Amino acid sequence: MKELKIFGIVAIFTLVLYWGVEPFAHSQMHKHVEGEHLAYSDLKETPKGDATKGEALASACIGCHSINVKNMPAPMDAVASAAAYGVNPPDLSFAGAMLDEKFFAHFLLNPAEVTKSKHFAMPPSAGSIQDAADIVAYFKSIAPKEISPKEGFEFACGRCHANRYAKWTQIGTVPKTKANITTGVDLDALEFKKNLGMYQNALAKYMGKLPPDLSIIIRSRSEHFLETLIENPQSQLPGTAMPRVGLNKEGMEKVMTYLEETGDPSKPLREDIGWKVILFFIIFTILAYLWKKSMWKGHH
Amino acid sequence: MAHFEKANSIGEWLDQRLAVETLKRVLQTEYWIPKNINFLWAMGMVLAATFGILLVSGIFLLMYYQPNVNSAFDSVNYTIMSEVGYGWLWRHIHGVGASIVFLIIYIHMFTGIYYGSYKKGRELIWLSGMGLYVAFSAEAFSGYMLPWGQMSYWAGMVITNLFSGGSLHADGLVEWIRGDYVPGQAFLNRFFMLHVLLIPLAIIGLIVLHFGTLRIPHVNNQDGEEIDFDEAAKLYKEGKVKESKVIPFSPVFLSKDVLVMGVYFILFFYLVFYHFEFAMDPVNFDPANGLKTPTHIYPEWYFLWSYEVLRPFSTNIGLIAFAIAQVIFFLLPFLDKSPNVAPASRRGLFKFWFWAMLIDMLVLTFMGKLPPEGIWSVIGLVAALVFFALWIALPIITAKEKKL
Repeated sequence: MKELKIFGIVAIFTLVLYWGVEPFAHSQMHKHVEGEHLAYSDLKETPKGDATKGEALASACIGCHSINVKNMPAPMDAVASAAAYGVNPPDLSFAGAMLDEKFFAHFLLNPAEVTKSKHFAMPPSAGSIQDAADIVAYFKSIAPKEISPKEGFEFACGRCHANRYAKWTQIGTVPKTKANITTGVDLDALEFKKNLGMYQNALAKYMGKLPPDLSIIIRSRSEHFLETLIENPQSQLPGTAMPRVGLNKEGMEKVMTYLEETGDPSKPLREDIGWKVILFFIIFTILAYLWKKSMWKGHH
Repeated sequence: MAHFEKANSIGEWLDQRLAVETLKRVLQTEYWIPKNINFLWAMGMVLAATFGILLVSGIFLLMYYQPNVNSAFDSVNYTIMSEVGYGWLWRHIHGVGASIVFLIIYIHMFTGIYYGSYKKGRELIWLSGMGLYVAFSAEAFSGYMLPWGQMSYWAGMVITNLFSGGSLHADGLVEWIRGDYVPGQAFLNRFFMLHVLLIPLAIIGLIVLHFGTLRIPHVNNQDGEEIDFDEAAKLYKEGKVKESKVIPFSPVFLSKDVLVMGVYFILFFYLVFYHFEFAMDPVNFDPANGLKTPTHIYPEWYFLWSYEVLRPFSTNIGLIAFAIAQVIFFLLPFLDKSPNVAPASRRGLFKFWFWAMLIDMLVLTFMGKLPPEGIWSVIGLVAALVFFALWIALPIITAKEKKL
């Protein structure tokens, strides 16, 4: 009994210590941003759109964007686009599935204001809220049912942020190239590096600095921080150049899944073997208890 | 050369050449431990086991870690965490182990303080133990540099800056320690060497010394009772195990150690698999960047109390306070003037001193992590002053203590 009492005192002090240096300290160090669960409540409700009318209006989009699901290529490659606009405009195949409907429509009317980004490259692109709603309806109608986390990340984050642990760069996945066998020179790799460098220079000029690599952002920031940051970058980083991208729930899930898969790949295995190791030590402890009991027999 | 008979077994062959039977008797079966102990007496073996785990996991990490400012971060966070099979497991074990080892060290220390296990012939146990505490601190700090993240870099910057000595402006000393004006390749390389070679060697040496210092004064017991070990051992060997006040280290004491270790490992591996964030600061998952200071720079939890002794004062006074805090625990056996070896609960004012010190260090630890603003800096200052007041009071209150 006395030992249990001593153990209780040690346990209480240890827990208080943990509480003080972890949950309590972190609650005091970081301001808490409540987030609004992707409600985008600063934007008004939009009228119902008509996909057929939207299709006609969307023909203007391919002046800058590609729509790969409709086999419509972009007029310029990533590097040339970045030279022209500062950033490569996204492929619009997934826009209807990834973006919040209300956000998307208001965004078409006034990109700079809705993204809360002072110098957003895209100009206002819809004449009225009804036109905007029609375009949104069109993109919703063409978006594929299944979007992978990687595709979601590329659409939402991947043109500004690299993910080097997943071999992703702002201009695409690092290609597999072969070096010249006698000299060791890999001209294709050098070409890719040069293009990436040109893209990054243009991007850094557009954004003010090169946006950070997101390889293990899932471990350096909490999930809550990332979700509220993506929902409204100004809430967590006032003054940041990062635009509000207006993801919907599915879009956010894709992005977070991808960040977790690349930044914390051991999670499934960890959860699978963790309890087995713990079970091993529970059995170990039971056996140790029986051994101790037999060893101490007759000692008291 | 000595005369050797033909041996009849491997055991005998070894005994002739290494005296293994004598070793076994001296180190295990006739190394006597008091019977009147509780689970806190197992913390030494728990520490030895944790050190073993740190050593083994460290060896595995060492096979893939690259001590280079350009590749260190990715060798840890990419190569070890996702390319090497179970690399993540070794890293989590190493990270959690490095943090938990300090929890056990503090429990071990405060056990010693509570039961007066540093007094009357046991001074060297305490001093070698404090040596281990310092060596483990250096080991933890140097290891923290290696992933070369933001916290590695900036903690390295802040701590090495302390050596400028405030108004002494010993900037040359700081540069000499860093091998550069700011932490860079030379800095990373030397801390790598310290972490994987020099300090572990010192730790192993000190562990041997720490065990050695226990031999003659023997382990203390729950009542601080002075035991005639020869007589008690004689009783035990005669089979009067119930009457004897001692037990052999192996297997009787060890069986209890192993039981405590089992409970400890359940907790340890729970933390490794499901709750490791406390030991792996998120800020250190951003690569080192000398141009971008993190919003909050703080040491790992086990250094927070001494950091908070430094922080509330002006630079020079703070540094002096910090230097005193680093060594004051070494002086404990000499500042405690009481003749009694007994649990704190039976020692009059010392009882209050013990709990006041424990709670004060807890408060210092909390404040050390919080931003030094408003009420937090006031509480930090008061706790730091209380810390020194307690040390000044110690010789006075213990000198007045009545002999039990």
